[in-house]
Amino acid sequence: MEEEKSQPVPATEPEASSFRLISTLGLAGFFSGIVLVGAFLYTKPIIEANRAMALQQAIFKVLPGCTSFRTLELQDGQLVMLEEGAPEPKEGEEVRRIYVGYGPKDKLIGFAISGEEPGYQDLIIALFGYNPEEKVVIGFEVLESKETPGLGDKIMKDPGFRANFGSLAAEPSVTVVKKGEKKKDNEIEAITGATISSKAVGRLLEKSLVEWRPLIEEHWQEFKKVEEE
Amino acid sequence: MNQPTTIERSRTAEEFLKGIWKENPVFVAVLGMCPTLAVTNTAINSLAMGLATTFVLVFSSLLVSSLRNAIPKQVRITTFIIIIATFVTVVDFMLAALVPQVHKELGAFIALIVVNCLILGRQEAFASKNNIKLALADALGMSLGFTFALLCIGVVREILGSGSLFNIPLFGSGFEPWVIMIMPPGGFFTLGFLLLFFNWLQKRRKARQESGRQSTQYEEAREFL
Repeated sequence: MEEEKSQPVPATEPEASSFRLISTLGLAGFFSGIVLVGAFLYTKPIIEANRAMALQQAIFKVLPGCTSFRTLELQDGQLVMLEEGAPEPKEGEEVRRIYVGYGPKDKLIGFAISGEEPGYQDLIIALFGYNPEEKVVIGFEVLESKETPGLGDKIMKDPGFRANFGSLAAEPSVTVVKKGEKKKDNEIEAITGATISSKAVGRLLEKSLVEWRPLIEEHWQEFKKVEEE
Repeated sequence: MNQPTTIERSRTAEEFLKGIWKENPVFVAVLGMCPTLAVTNTAINSLAMGLATTFVLVFSSLLVSSLRNAIPKQVRITTFIIIIATFVTVVDFMLAALVPQVHKELGAFIALIVVNCLILGRQEAFASKNNIKLALADALGMSLGFTFALLCIGVVREILGSGSLFNIPLFGSGFEPWVIMIMPPGGFFTLGFLLLFFNWLQKRRKARQESGRQSTQYEEAREFL
């Protein structure tokens, strides 16, 4: 080895005492802890702001024409509209939230609902827009996924697949069919070579719709800010 | 020969340069294969992984080199790991805060920099035995070599597998991407071909040196006669 030429280690190095060994490791751990806590405290608010920003952008994407939104929280089986600027849920706290989006002149556009479903690799977490008036899904955006690059991750980018979600009927139920076999409004055309991921998206939509639709259907009129003529 | 400063400077330069080419951590030493194969499916990911490794290697080497006389040799590896792991976690937080998109793509592989044997290897083989200046030169050279190697692989894989470079589409819609290139086998293929190429280069250089030496021997022999 070339490096060994430089600064030979003294041959008669005294044996270090146990105290010295323990104190070295203790000090290393102590300073390491200080640095880590510092870095964590410094980056935490930025990371949280990033996450909120990503969610906000996704809401605007899945509700076309949306200009503002409010957060709804499920409390005792009731949808409660949270104050603007309400605090984010604490970590580990189990809260269920959906978002109601308004367009220009406070016209209600729809609800943004998030759902998760195991895909080919790991959980797919996605957000989709639902228009309760026409009972259709109007937008879909993947928030988190580890699907195979080049195959499964097409659920995020493939324009053909994304076209499924322009106005996908939620009734009677969302189903996934092979590419080129779409006949009805409630069918999603799968991506060739990514059937498992496509089907996971279908299940994700269907599961969340079954869960949230009864509540939304029943109460959505209450969230209208203006009466339409 | 009576100018130690120039010798010292050339030694520093040599330690810096060896990592980039002669002892390139990926193409010659074949170290750090986990990030090399796993995150090089796009040029941006490769660059981000290279820079994150650079940060960790440079700061770990600086710290290890400056503390090299204070760390008892019985606990040196443990101490190196604590130092490396601290910097890795800092990088992890920083990437999540500054470039969340890249952090999401690299996922667990940022945390796995801790076990990249390139980094621990440099601490044990170099930083713990040399002064700060040389350790810095070595760390910078090695990380530059690592980043260069990752970029080589990432560029090839992204162009062939996605038809783009740094997310900019290169070909028209007529190009059918070779999906296999951005999947794990593509990493092995690309690395294999690049290793082949670098070994061929080295073999050719060696052969040239050999023939050069032979011809000088021949000249010497002729003069002797």
